Amino acid sequence: MAVDLPDNVLITRLDELVSWCRKNSLWPMPFATACCGIELMATGASRHDLARFGAEVFRFSPRQCDLMIVAGRVVMKMLPVLQRIWMQMHEPKWCISMGACASTGGVFDTYCVVQGIDRFLPVDMYAPGCPPRPEQLIQTIIDLQEKIQSEGTMFGREFEDPERQRPKMALRLEGRKEAAELAQRRGTP
Amino acid sequence: MPLTRSELYGEPSADEPQQYLWTMNFGPQHPATHTTLRLVLKLDGERVIEATPDIGYLHSGFEKLGEHLDYNQYVTITDRMNYVSPMSNNVAWHTAVEKLLGIDVPPRCKYLRVIVNELSRISDHLVCVGAMGLDTGAFTYFLYAFNPRELLYDIFEALCGARFTNSYTRVGGLMHDASPKAIQMIRDFLAGFPKVLDDLERLLNRNRIFVDRTKGVGVLTKVEAINRSCSGPIARASGVTRDLRKDEPYLAYPDFDFKVCCAQAGDCYARYLVRLAEMRESMNIVKQAIENLPSGPVNIGVDDRAVLPSKGQVFSTIEGLITHFELVMSNRGFDVPNEECYFASEAANGELGFYIVGDGTNRAYRARCRPPSFIHFAIFPHLIRGHRLSDVVAVLGSLNIIAAELDR
Amino acid sequence: MSTQETVKSLSQAFGPLPASHFRGQTRVVVPVDRLHEVLKFLKEGRGFDFLVDITCVDYLYYRDAVDRFGLVYLVANTATNERITIRALVNDPDPEAPSVVDLWRGADWMEREVWDLFGVRFTGHPDLRRILLPDEFSAFPLRKDYPLQGRGERHNFPVITRAES
Repeated sequence: MAVDLPDNVLITRLDELVSWCRKNSLWPMPFATACCGIELMATGASRHDLARFGAEVFRFSPRQCDLMIVAGRVVMKMLPVLQRIWMQMHEPKWCISMGACASTGGVFDTYCVVQGIDRFLPVDMYAPGCPPRPEQLIQTIIDLQEKIQSEGTMFGREFEDPERQRPKMALRLEGRKEAAELAQRRGTP
Repeated sequence: MPLTRSELYGEPSADEPQQYLWTMNFGPQHPATHTTLRLVLKLDGERVIEATPDIGYLHSGFEKLGEHLDYNQYVTITDRMNYVSPMSNNVAWHTAVEKLLGIDVPPRCKYLRVIVNELSRISDHLVCVGAMGLDTGAFTYFLYAFNPRELLYDIFEALCGARFTNSYTRVGGLMHDASPKAIQMIRDFLAGFPKVLDDLERLLNRNRIFVDRTKGVGVLTKVEAINRSCSGPIARASGVTRDLRKDEPYLAYPDFDFKVCCAQAGDCYARYLVRLAEMRESMNIVKQAIENLPSGPVNIGVDDRAVLPSKGQVFSTIEGLITHFELVMSNRGFDVPNEECYFASEAANGELGFYIVGDGTNRAYRARCRPPSFIHFAIFPHLIRGHRLSDVVAVLGSLNIIAAELDR
Repeated sequence: MSTQETVKSLSQAFGPLPASHFRGQTRVVVPVDRLHEVLKFLKEGRGFDFLVDITCVDYLYYRDAVDRFGLVYLVANTATNERITIRALVNDPDPEAPSVVDLWRGADWMEREVWDLFGVRFTGHPDLRRILLPDEFSAFPLRKDYPLQGRGERHNFPVITRAES
């Protein structure tokens, strides 16, 4: 079916248009706790210049942001703060877990460090490294942009997916717990 | 822990005479706290009557980990302690361990350690003055200060492969010798750095807004500085002429000619000026060290059974293989006395000390760190009392609190 | 040499105190009930005006150790750069030591930290409460009988889902 259109008119799905707008104007909320925060600052500073990817508008108020970058380890005392800040952000929102400590606890397998924020929060992207180099963080943001473009919808239907409802690690832990209970009921170890 | 409200700062009772005061929470997630600290401020209008710091938002059990990692492994944790100048922590930790083990490192190693210590002092002070400028409204200044840090990162990368968390030192030496390329990079950096310092000084030293916001703010007298255990640039800005590099010379510091930078005023501006002046002195030290860098080995000999041999030695000589095996096996390891000792080094923030208790195994029985940030943050309520709310960020910036070192 | 004089003057004032040397450092072990007096004497009589650090060591699994906790007071003289380490040994149950906040204001947070991590109580401290760990925390994590990974405190939080947030 051929439709004659003038040269400057494009036809697209509204979802794609909205996602395209969203992905190119991510406003990060730097939840910088430790070493990764310095690399986050370096990413924003002149040499690496995050502005090239449309994500340089760091806002410290969660109400204004749509991308939370958790940079650094999160400890017992800090996790309630992190959860509250996450809840204060408006939809649509995404979360990057930057660095080994935020993703898994990293080298700090101790009594007070939360072993991965994805046990308690839904995380969209993980940046590997301890700390990740600025290039790595930029790559993560580009990947997140691709993710937003490929599956984003205007009304956030993609977030209703049960896989994305609960934090990934929490899902896995619950699965393990259920399996253990099932095994206990069956009487097998 | 469940998500509950802390009962620590209860509501003031109605019959309290100071009902007109109001309480404001500051942090733990606030741009001017840089990382994670929390202050509960009691305000009379805009004047701070009382500040109650609440810390521990980054307490990650460094000292407990020190009891579970051996003397070489723990250096990776010290990187993350004061993450603005990781090299200083590496040097302090391993010099402390060597003091416990009774090892004397070769002169080349001492010189290289001095060089990286001073370079990291420069990078720490750059962050401090840059962030102080940022907090008081000078954003350009922050970018000016952050640019040379990238050059320093390149140098550290050339030295040890990691740009940020370096882990450069080892017991009895260093991870690698400095390559000629790295030394050339340090020379290039030294050639360009005076201009950066001049720029920084011209940008802010006589800026009316900055001077008005920092001069006379947060004054610490000499007596208070000593009584409250302050050290480093903060004590020196109050007129305490204490610099461990001069007073208790360690490594190769007796060989160099440098000044101890002091000020009398003890306010935020004095602390800023002391930091700027210290960068110049550090530059001089690095310059002298790089020109007089001794040749020779960078590690102590393999026969001493304390330093990890290079891979070449492990694969091609029997002594290297045996030493590697002895050091890496958990039931062998270093020859550690059943003793305890304290070593303090002058890091960028002040006296960074390690109190190590050895128990014969290759892990410390107790690895206590004397963190300068922790002690300096304790004086904050004293400094801010009676000042305005907007001075909180200026005082915080001048103290250079690194949360990971604060909470460990 | 002056450190020896300090030790000598200490033993003149307080009777013989066990002192030892290691790598140029002098340690004096002081009974805990005289700790405050000794530190006051050092500060006012010998010019040790700088309190470097207060820390503690848990000797639970240490070879041949008799006492449980060893408090470490590192003091320095800013005029002569002399250093001395004062040790005091305290024991379970209810380890207690006198506070030195009245001598050095800098001791405030150091003592709070020792209380927080080791559970050694400092009598006379103006504001002795937990500093690094949350108030609800019930253990003293730097004691040797506390495991590195903790007792599950770190995972006792509610999980937040997308629907709630």
